Amino acid sequence: MSIDLSEFKDVFFEESADHLAAMETLLLELEAHPEDSERMHAIFRAVHSIKGSAAMFGFDEVVRFAHGFESLLDDMRSARVRNTAVLTGLLLRASDLLQSLVAAAKSEGGPESGGLSAAATALLGEIDAARGGAVTAAAVAASAAKGEERRTRNLEVHFTPEPGIFTTGMDPLFVLRDLAEAGSGYTAATYVSGLPHLDALDVSRCYLRWTAHLATDRGDDEIRDLFAFVEDGAEIKIEDTSPAAALETAPAAAAVPVAAQAVPPGQPVDSPTVRVATAKVDKLVDLVGELVIAQSVASQILEHFTMERLAEMREAFVNLERNTRELQERVMAVRMQPLAGVFSRFPRLVRDLAAQTGKRIALETGGEETELDKGVIERLADPLTHLVRNAVDHGIERPADRKDAGKPEQGVVRLTAHHESGNVIVEVADDGKGLNLDRIRAKAIERGLVTAGENLSEEEIQGLIFRPGFSTAEKVTDVSGRGVGMDVVRRNVEAMSGTVTVHSRHGRGSVFRIKLPLTLAILDGLLVRVGTEVFILPLISIAESIRPRPQELRQVGGGGEVVMVRGQALPLLRLHRMFGLEGAEEDPTAASVVILDQDNRRFALLVDDLLGQQQVVVKSLEAHFRKVDGVMGATILGDGRAALILDVAGLIAIGGGRSLAGVLD
Amino acid sequence: MSRTALVVDDSISMRQMVCHTLSRAGFQTIEAGNGAEGLKQLDGAGRSGKRVDLIITDLNMPVMDGIEFIRQVRSLDQARYTPVLMLTTESSGDKKMQGKAAGATGWIVKPFDPARLVEVIGRVLP
Repeated sequence: MSIDLSEFKDVFFEESADHLAAMETLLLELEAHPEDSERMHAIFRAVHSIKGSAAMFGFDEVVRFAHGFESLLDDMRSARVRNTAVLTGLLLRASDLLQSLVAAAKSEGGPESGGLSAAATALLGEIDAARGGAVTAAAVAASAAKGEERRTRNLEVHFTPEPGIFTTGMDPLFVLRDLAEAGSGYTAATYVSGLPHLDALDVSRCYLRWTAHLATDRGDDEIRDLFAFVEDGAEIKIEDTSPAAALETAPAAAAVPVAAQAVPPGQPVDSPTVRVATAKVDKLVDLVGELVIAQSVASQILEHFTMERLAEMREAFVNLERNTRELQERVMAVRMQPLAGVFSRFPRLVRDLAAQTGKRIALETGGEETELDKGVIERLADPLTHLVRNAVDHGIERPADRKDAGKPEQGVVRLTAHHESGNVIVEVADDGKGLNLDRIRAKAIERGLVTAGENLSEEEIQGLIFRPGFSTAEKVTDVSGRGVGMDVVRRNVEAMSGTVTVHSRHGRGSVFRIKLPLTLAILDGLLVRVGTEVFILPLISIAESIRPRPQELRQVGGGGEVVMVRGQALPLLRLHRMFGLEGAEEDPTAASVVILDQDNRRFALLVDDLLGQQQVVVKSLEAHFRKVDGVMGATILGDGRAALILDVAGLIAIGGGRSLAGVLD
Repeated sequence: MSRTALVVDDSISMRQMVCHTLSRAGFQTIEAGNGAEGLKQLDGAGRSGKRVDLIITDLNMPVMDGIEFIRQVRSLDQARYTPVLMLTTESSGDKKMQGKAAGATGWIVKPFDPARLVEVIGRVLP
């Protein structure tokens, strides 16, 4: 029987990622509690576990490095080596390298790509030094020798089983057969001198002993492992009978490099996976069961249908609908993952940044258990990293400055998440110096983003930092670098149908607030008709809808139109014109106007008619067509027609100017 | 009738690989992430009248390690004579000897060869 375990590689990579992430957290905590043995044990187990599974797949470099790493951790947990700040640094670097080695194994590029192997050897050297030198040097050399050119030795193995071995169900012959397979030139002598006189012979006892000879490249430990089941009470002796000269022969021929060995078999397929709590799956199974029942009830009614049973039929359908909706919600819940996965990377980041910038910073997190769509979580990491970096670099002041300002020397960066009316709010707050409005304004004027005479509210000035090409750092620092600014954060967040805003008080700190939809895959939409086409507007962006009276419509310069809504003039965009549609209602007073609100910017969209609200499943247009400005995706309507889902931010951006004609061709 | 094995390991991938191998050899498998969970599984199996024919356990685990687990297994009436195999990477004998002393039947060295695991099981289970 051949059993292939390679399908478990993905499980291993996922598990390793979890271990490595947990390890980092533990290592950072260990800094504060250097003597905590529980944490020490947990870190040891993580490395040990990675080593064990990596060996199953032949990831030799991972195993080699994990082995050395593990030895140091073992020394530390048994208090042979004391933990120090320097050591924590080393452990963190080791954990990083282990991560790279696992990543290299995953990409099947091999550890040689990028000199990882050399880095591993160098770090193993440091680990040796930390362990008091020489301890592992020998071990690593031995294990290296084990991996590359294993020396063949002649062994003499003496085996005297425990006399009662047969009663345990064991057979000494198994061991001898294994021994024969462990090397070449196997011979064995059986010693029968222990046999008693026939009268005294107990057939359940073993009176024999053996001496076997073989040539093998296996170590003593490995040979001893063959005796795993017959060890109790047995006598086992392993002797090396190789001629002394053999030890000296450097096997030059055997040292032929094994480099060009494995040709990577094509690109590895990186199929993203979701790990789901069993309870969620169980609930799904239950629901599917209910759905099947509801469906069979409906078909039974249908089979013997008379008009009298119409009410029953209707009830059956109500049941079906309820189950279907719940199933839909539960399936979506499968994609929901806690934010803890993203949050957990920040303690390390903040620690490193604080060390680099010479600041004292505590990171506080909260609401890690808040769940978000897996897709959103993955895409949230970048903008969040940027905001945290900014908080450390630009927000928190140096200890001396903080002291002068009457604040505690240690600054606080707070990373939190919570639910708020169908959205998830993620906030990055700091108690640093806050945004300098005067400087932002001056910079914006300098950059031509606003004019000197413009009258801006505090909020508007703070919003300027999200505009492209804005950077307020007095000098470019190592931490936040140049070029990538808050506008990128905003673009990333908006790409997830979210918004980002800032509230800052000078001298008190800043709060960056990211608002995200729970999921990207399902959307509450308003169906609108334009000519013969149906479009969907995200309900979240809709403020209200009106039918304007003639006196509320105004023409403005440059061919623009506005609608007056409660004294406010809102630009009017004609959807039919943007998409070049024929047969649409041209007269706003005979049609409908939807007021859309995005980032506190409002405008009016002219459509023919409102058809109603509906939850729609968002299908990406990019996967099959291309990115179209103003369009977020498409969906299939109940009647089988396809409809475009409009992207409100995109619509504002193209704001009546450019025509979208041609998109529908 | 198919036989049942309990696999105790804190590494999910290792546990899945052992279980996969065992199921290919005709076993039903029960899993546990540490010794304490393993005892709970044994208890549950005992209550539902299910017989556990084989136990394979890792040694290094959180909450309750393999050595303590083996010791406690041996004090249970229904598992006193159940073969217990240790899964170990420790090639130096210390842990193995502790496990043997606690009552393990034998050990399997990680990384294991699936075919070899099946063969070894064939020996401890008539």
